[in-house]
Amino acid sequence: MTSTAKSNTLHFGLLFFLAIAFLVLPEYHSGNLARIMILAIYAMGYNVLFGYTGLLSLGHALFFSAGMYGLGLTMHLNGWTPAPAFVAALLASTIVAAIVGFLVLRTTGVAFMIVTLMFAQAGYLTILYFGTYTRGDEGFALQQATRQLIGFDLTNPSVRYYTALILFSVVLLLLAYLVRSPFGRTLVAIRENGERAKMLGYNVTAIKLQAVILSGVISGASGAAYALLFGYAGATFATVQYSILPLLWVLVGGAGTTTGAFFGVLFMTYLIDYASGQTNAYLIVVGLVLVAVTLFLPHGIVGTLRNKYAGWLP
Amino acid sequence: MDFGPHLLLAVLEGGVTAAVLALTAMGLSIVFGVMRVVNVAHGEFYMVGAVLAWYIATALGGNPILGFMAAIVIAPLLVGSLAAGVDRLILRRINYDPERTIVATIGTLYILQQTTLMTFGPDPRPVEPPFNSRIALPWFDWNQNGLEFYYPWGLSITSYKLFVIAAAAVILITLWFAITRSKAGLIMRATQQDSDMAQAFGIPVKTVYSVVFGLGAGLAAIGAVLVVPIQQAYYLMGHDPLLLAFIVVIIGGLGSLPGTIIAAILIGMADSIISVFFTPTLAKIFATLLVATVLVFRPTGLMGKSTA
Amino acid sequence: MILSTCGLTKAYAGVAANTDIDFDLPVGQTRAIIGPNGAGKSTFVGMVCGRIPATRGSVSFDGTDITTMAAHERIRKGMAYTFQITSVFQGLSVRENINLAARRRLGKNKLAVTRKTDEVLERLNIANRSDQLASNLSYGHQRILEIGMGLAQDPRLFILDEPTQGLAESEVDDFNQLMKSMDAETTILLIEHNMNVVMAVAEYITVLDQGMVLANGTPEEIRANTAVQEAYLGTGHG
Repeated sequence: MTSTAKSNTLHFGLLFFLAIAFLVLPEYHSGNLARIMILAIYAMGYNVLFGYTGLLSLGHALFFSAGMYGLGLTMHLNGWTPAPAFVAALLASTIVAAIVGFLVLRTTGVAFMIVTLMFAQAGYLTILYFGTYTRGDEGFALQQATRQLIGFDLTNPSVRYYTALILFSVVLLLLAYLVRSPFGRTLVAIRENGERAKMLGYNVTAIKLQAVILSGVISGASGAAYALLFGYAGATFATVQYSILPLLWVLVGGAGTTTGAFFGVLFMTYLIDYASGQTNAYLIVVGLVLVAVTLFLPHGIVGTLRNKYAGWLP
Repeated sequence: MDFGPHLLLAVLEGGVTAAVLALTAMGLSIVFGVMRVVNVAHGEFYMVGAVLAWYIATALGGNPILGFMAAIVIAPLLVGSLAAGVDRLILRRINYDPERTIVATIGTLYILQQTTLMTFGPDPRPVEPPFNSRIALPWFDWNQNGLEFYYPWGLSITSYKLFVIAAAAVILITLWFAITRSKAGLIMRATQQDSDMAQAFGIPVKTVYSVVFGLGAGLAAIGAVLVVPIQQAYYLMGHDPLLLAFIVVIIGGLGSLPGTIIAAILIGMADSIISVFFTPTLAKIFATLLVATVLVFRPTGLMGKSTA
Repeated sequence: MILSTCGLTKAYAGVAANTDIDFDLPVGQTRAIIGPNGAGKSTFVGMVCGRIPATRGSVSFDGTDITTMAAHERIRKGMAYTFQITSVFQGLSVRENINLAARRRLGKNKLAVTRKTDEVLERLNIANRSDQLASNLSYGHQRILEIGMGLAQDPRLFILDEPTQGLAESEVDDFNQLMKSMDAETTILLIEHNMNVVMAVAEYITVLDQGMVLANGTPEEIRANTAVQEAYLGTGHG
């Protein structure tokens, strides 16, 4: 089998498995899986910038929450229906990503990390500052009656699950295509040796900006989908924690792999789930896993599999 | 209270903030200057210092002066050793790679914070200051009798807060002399300049790194012990100091003691004054955007040496 | 003239790396730039390809003033550049390295990219290594790979900064053959220390010393030039 064929088998296989999983799993787990798929979209968005372009952002919660509030506020305050609200969310995250990207790409390395962190912090604080509209940390709920899409009730568990699956599939297949495309390969080249890429005639800064915007839009889509499917928007999703989580997920699953993001979210969600049953200090597993992965498994689960056994893994 | 006295109060409170901030930021700055790594867990070392101070003061029972004196000596030493341990176990093994260090220190942040939550608990707990007399401050009024002084109600400072400012100043001056005049300081500066060269001259660079990392955390812990009788020990108290320390280091220039002091005074004052006259949230928005702007338009010189 | 510079100067805080360089390069010529260490050869070439901004002076390529043009845009205009210290994509395969070079021009046309890459691999005799990671190649082979990346761009002006440094003798011979076999339309500008290569390959030589042009001439003229000999041997300079 050619590597493209293997790659397609892997991706469609995963989607097929997820499609039937709903029918066999108990509701608690299928509910989890729906959430995991939505957050995996966020992780995949983050992976575009971190895994493929090699830029470590500590401020992606800004894009996630731009999408979340873009949809949340238009529905909650302006009474918009889901579809135009989703478009508004995508637009919001595109604009935020473009502006932030333009400023942030003037920096590199550690400065880049800090500036992204700072912008995200400013975003979070701004959400708090306009608390009269956003309800700050408390957040607001989106009523069930409003969460209807072309006749389907998005609060219904099966509708919710398959909507999440559809969105997840779109992003996964987009990513799979991107990775093989000239644009995707250029991102990798920039990650590997930016100076050499520049001296081959690639406009590195412009391409990085495109990567930031793409990453931001996908993250925003995840935020909007989360608000829509789980009926809630709150400032917690704009905190530093939600900037660190995608980094964690991608590192654990495998940066620069297409499926790593999903497996990272899956693993960490269940680990945190288990830990929160043991102690109220369950976030300690986040810390322990981050340190362990950085020390012992820098390529993550899928990345290590790829290096050791299956070089064809996309 | 009128504007004048209100401003004076804000300035004095800002002085306390600046004093503690200068110590904390200096710790972060030294680590970044010598080791070229960003310690995201710096705020948690600060927090652990405060928490340990609570444990020590509580363990010693009655006398707050004794408790405080023990805390200010023991807590920074413990925190410094803890940090040196983190350096040896984790940072050294990832070879101080900038990206991996950030990830590893984020992990350390969570470990320290959550362990404290598990042991110390989620509630803030007070520590009694060793002394705390109220000192009323005068303000002037320019009226038909000429320049007249009076004591506005509410305009006062405590003797302890004045002590904090003085203590911070003494410690920073001692640090300045240690870095510039002592042999240990020379070794540190040599390692900062050129670690390969220093190694070639027989300086045990890895040990220097552990000591520096410990020193950085220890300075933060001293700041925390000084501040804990004013605020309270709380497992989340490391978040804001980390942010402010970042801002100070970036604006003041890494490794530069005078720069850090000046920036700490500016930021401490600004934060205090804006918080008093506007809202703390607005102050923080201003501060974070300021850092971002400085880095965006002046990315070299400050972070230039460690671009990954 | 495919490349011209006029008064090109680079000064770093009081130290003049290059001063007032006037340089003209006709289409299709193979020109070597030589000179003792520190003469400013790499700085000059850096200003030509856009990696280093000039303090003063102008550069024009193919009749267009490119003085303020960004490096990547100059490359797009038809320049290729190999680094003094080999710079390839270490983590990627030999094939993908060349693909990336070819792809910038040939874009989405997968067939054209593959064809061009195969052509370059054959020409440089490294087809059997096409799936190896660049980091696993010897230094000499990595340099050859980098030259291959330049070839894949079908450049009008090929700039090479000390290309034979680190190559084995047989590889140097292959290099000389390669240079001679280059299309008559391709202009070559190379910085070289290896005088054998220079004599074998260059049609014309520019000698730099202390940041300025010392001499221009054919290989024979330069060989006989006493000023050049002095510059290299260091006699007569205070």
